[in-house]
Amino acid sequence: MNAPFEGIGASVRRKEDLRFISGGGHYTDDINRPGQLHAYFRRSDRPHAKIVSIDTAGAAACPGVVAVYTAADLAAIGGVPCGWQIHSKDGSPMAEPKHPVLAEGKVRHVGDPIAVVVAGTRQQAKDAAEKLDIVLEDLPSVSSVTDAVAPGAPRVHDDVAGNICYDWHIGDKEGVDAAFAKAAKVVSLDLLNNRLIPNAMEPRAAVGDFDPMSGEYTLYTTSQNPHVIRLLMGAFVLQIPEHKLRVVAPDVGGGFGSKIYHYAEEAMVTWAAGKLKRPVKWTAERSESFMSDAHGRDHASTAQMALDAEGKFLALRVSTLANMGGYLSTFAPAVPTYLYATLLAGVYTTPVIYCEVKAVFTNTVPVDAYRGAGRPEATYLLERLVDTICHDTGLDRVAIRRKNFIAPDAFPYQTPVALQYDSGNYIATLDAAMKAADWAGFPARRAAAKARGKLRGIGMSTYLEACGIAPSKLVGQLGARAGLYEVANVRVHPTGSVTVFTGTHSHGQGHETTFAQLVSDQLGIPVSQIDVVHGDTAKIPFGMGTYGSRSLAVGGSAMVKAMDKIIAKGKKIAAHLMEASVDDIEFKDGKFSVTGTDKSRTLGEIALTAYVPHNYPIETLEPGLDETAFYDPMNFTFPGGCHVCEVEVDQDTGITSVVNFVAVDDVGRVINPMIVEGQVQGGVAQGIGQALLENAAYDAEGQLLSGSFMDYTMPRADDLPNITVGTESTLCTHNPLGAKGCGEVGAIGSPPAVINAVIDALKDFGVRHLDMPASPQKLWAIIQSNRPRMAAE
Amino acid sequence: MYDFAYQKPSSVADAVKALGAEDAKALAGGQTFIPVLKQRLNKPSVVVDLARLGLAGIKVTGEAVVIGAMTTHGAVAASAEIRRAIPALANLASMIGDEAVRHRGTIGGSLANNDPSACYPSAALALGATITTDRRAIKADDFFQGMFTTALEPGEIITSVSFPVPAKAAYMKFKNPASRYAMVGVFVAKGPAGVRVAITGAGQGGVFRHAAFETALSANWSADALAGIATPADGLNSDIHASAEYRAHLIGVMARRAVAAAG
Ligand SMILES: Cc1cc2nc3c(=O)[nH]c(=O)nc-3n(C[C@H](O)[C@H](O)[C@H](O)COP(=O)(O)OP(=O)(O)OC[C@H]3O[C@@H](n4cnc5c(N)ncnc54)[C@H](O)[C@@H]3O)c2cc1C
Repeated sequence: MNAPFEGIGASVRRKEDLRFISGGGHYTDDINRPGQLHAYFRRSDRPHAKIVSIDTAGAAACPGVVAVYTAADLAAIGGVPCGWQIHSKDGSPMAEPKHPVLAEGKVRHVGDPIAVVVAGTRQQAKDAAEKLDIVLEDLPSVSSVTDAVAPGAPRVHDDVAGNICYDWHIGDKEGVDAAFAKAAKVVSLDLLNNRLIPNAMEPRAAVGDFDPMSGEYTLYTTSQNPHVIRLLMGAFVLQIPEHKLRVVAPDVGGGFGSKIYHYAEEAMVTWAAGKLKRPVKWTAERSESFMSDAHGRDHASTAQMALDAEGKFLALRVSTLANMGGYLSTFAPAVPTYLYATLLAGVYTTPVIYCEVKAVFTNTVPVDAYRGAGRPEATYLLERLVDTICHDTGLDRVAIRRKNFIAPDAFPYQTPVALQYDSGNYIATLDAAMKAADWAGFPARRAAAKARGKLRGIGMSTYLEACGIAPSKLVGQLGARAGLYEVANVRVHPTGSVTVFTGTHSHGQGHETTFAQLVSDQLGIPVSQIDVVHGDTAKIPFGMGTYGSRSLAVGGSAMVKAMDKIIAKGKKIAAHLMEASVDDIEFKDGKFSVTGTDKSRTLGEIALTAYVPHNYPIETLEPGLDETAFYDPMNFTFPGGCHVCEVEVDQDTGITSVVNFVAVDDVGRVINPMIVEGQVQGGVAQGIGQALLENAAYDAEGQLLSGSFMDYTMPRADDLPNITVGTESTLCTHNPLGAKGCGEVGAIGSPPAVINAVIDALKDFGVRHLDMPASPQKLWAIIQSNRPRMAAE
Repeated sequence: MYDFAYQKPSSVADAVKALGAEDAKALAGGQTFIPVLKQRLNKPSVVVDLARLGLAGIKVTGEAVVIGAMTTHGAVAASAEIRRAIPALANLASMIGDEAVRHRGTIGGSLANNDPSACYPSAALALGATITTDRRAIKADDFFQGMFTTALEPGEIITSVSFPVPAKAAYMKFKNPASRYAMVGVFVAKGPAGVRVAITGAGQGGVFRHAAFETALSANWSADALAGIATPADGLNSDIHASAEYRAHLIGVMARRAVAAAG
């Protein structure tokens, strides 16, 4: 019987899905420790206020209450740290005001935790929290970046002048000025990148536990990177050494970035467990998620492109205000700088670029990386600017892109904004996407729609992103306070089955399958014989977690390195058993054989020998078959591609329907095409969500107006078209797999394709730009205000 | 939610008695009430479950469709009899919330709640329905008294709703993009109660009749008859999804579509 092919390139069904879809997952909220208590956080309902007084007596006297804590109790512990430091233009370090675990003296956003009640049950804790007597005195507040940098704006932090966290820049200012002076044409565009609320299906949760006998703490938490949480919380907040702190991130129901960061609630339950010597659990209610999970995006930018007479890009100038919210979240400073401005060359040969970025504090929930992180903002700006150039000049949208593409033979390509692209072929993805979307047939479809009274539009984005973050040396230069390698431990058991321990973390991505396929491919054993373990600092040597589409490119590469070591050792054992020279042993399809003979041993036989080393080269080789590798890549990886969107707008109501969406991406080596398709589709769903539906709405003072699903428009199945996904891959040149990453491409490439299509649909109305989301109300207003002008013409 | 006592009486009389207690509240499908409890916006002493009162059921005669108060939206949407007699009513029910909401939510709960974005009040008003309670019959015209306010007395239980069968009727709903409740819902009907146009989702005071549209349609039942009749934005809701002006515009669009659909 032929075993089904399960190696690289096979669409193996996801091993984890049976447990996820049958209620068998084991999430943080499923964890209940003996003697467990429950925490409830009382949060600010004001955007900015002085804490005049907190009287806890009423709460403390409630049934079941074990403890009530406020900032006054936490004097001995640190604030929530920031993991990335940016320096301003003038060399000064960014403003890094303390982010206390519980608010100290002031609250700075709706949702800021003020006090925590710990009680026997959740209900008791919540009942008692209502009895906290908290007197707040409102302070002037500000929610938008433009308001926050205006002269005389209220200060979010007393010691941060102008609310400026940093004023950073990259690129060649003089070179750009010179190019603009000589340009035949300059096109400018002001644009907003709307704030989003991640809304993972599983809300955040944390259980802190403490063993007084061993002095060991355990934190179970909804995290994308348990080792990073251990480091941040242990070293900076609670001063618990690593060997006394275990962090477990079991099944996690979606993260999209929002579960990368170290949050105050994690520190709080861990600290309280130590104090009370009893486990303490907290699970967010959905409304808490809206006001305490880090939000995403929220940029206001001006972009200008200088062009020659033929439409060749000569120089790009960008100025961006990025909202940080009330405090700095873990990676927040990196997002609008090294994950954004370095991407502004995109897929184009623009020779000089200058970008300045001001990061701004406001009275809103902290903003951090959300699926794509910085790269969607860069892509949106660039791809909207390219279409606006065509709008202003009459140049063709496809021709101008082709004219400015980095050619397929130009790699490695050094951009003017730090990055060096290793590989890509933007013409190939463009051609494939246009073909799949029948771009050529669009005029007929537009005419047919017009006959039905609908406005039809088509749009594209040709984009690139940098992921697989990344080389430690590079990110260190850029301000990261950590390394960004990955770790794999491949353990071949005595009878030949394999457990792989990875420092990456799966929260929906299907790692248990993809990684098993990778191991199956390399070691020649069936997927059923391989388990992938992640999410526990007690089991996994180390790891930096999952974000930035890094798991396969970096974590998978570490696995390959560890397997190389397994194979190298296996060859030595095989050579001994078969009395041959190591150089004559080859490993293929799970068998070690002596070249040119029919002598061979299976991996299982070699493993058994390694663990039962009766006949073994013990003088020169240790027993066992268990290898670990740390892999630190040479560069980022650079996925890219072309997304084409087609929409129909109903002029009577302003409703936009996405009628077709095609994504053709270069994600490098594809291990499981079905999983790649799912990842891209999920990303596109979020991108369409950002473009048409989602918006974290604050009023000018910082009240969250979209604090529930009644007001925050999550994309639903019927908002989405069938999404056609294709791949046109070039291989990454510097990692052993050639993999680039596919987790974020959908969310990065799609929003400008959607908005470009909407604007194309409104072509006859003279619309040059509109900000996301393109809601029915917004489109209706545009159609209304442009109608009279049309009639007058 | 806060603690409360729970009762599940088996007769309307017992239920009325139980609801006589201070801060007692009736529970039907719980699709509005339970979220309210979870958010601690209501603190009932006792919750009286209406599930065992025998109030679910559909009866269709030549002149009227009578729906028991505890009949779910799902049951109304799926009823072949209602689809024959008043298809607009079945369509309306099929567009409420999602499958899970329709499986629990009831017509009695929807009318008693009189959410300004709810769908059923527009049908009741446009069709000239009669709401029957444990103690009396109330004309829809008298029943809706402003948002979340009705003619019901404390402890009064809706037992059924009777809709006269119209000659023509249709419901058009512009869904709030986020909540999918009616941002603007328009129910048009030509029936025993005359030509009526009821608007939900839009008015600050909840469901209301559109006099100008009714006059125009009484003279000429066609979508074209509504063209050019602007709806004033005064008194309409404004929120992050729709300004009062946009709602005023949508009332016109939805009304024309409803008339066209009614045939
Ligand atoms: C996600 C979601 C989406 C929704 N979308 C829509 C929508 O699109 N359109 C729409 O119209 N509605 C919508 N709803 C509301 C839904 O239709 C509810 O079913 C309805 O509003 C209340 O009915 P219920 O049976 O659930 O009543 P409950 O929630 O149990 O009760 C509501 C109120 O009515 C009172 N009450 C209930 N029954 C009676 C009775 N027989 N006599 C007197 N008082 C009574 C209760 O005391 C309570 O005050 C939605 C709800 C949800 C959760």
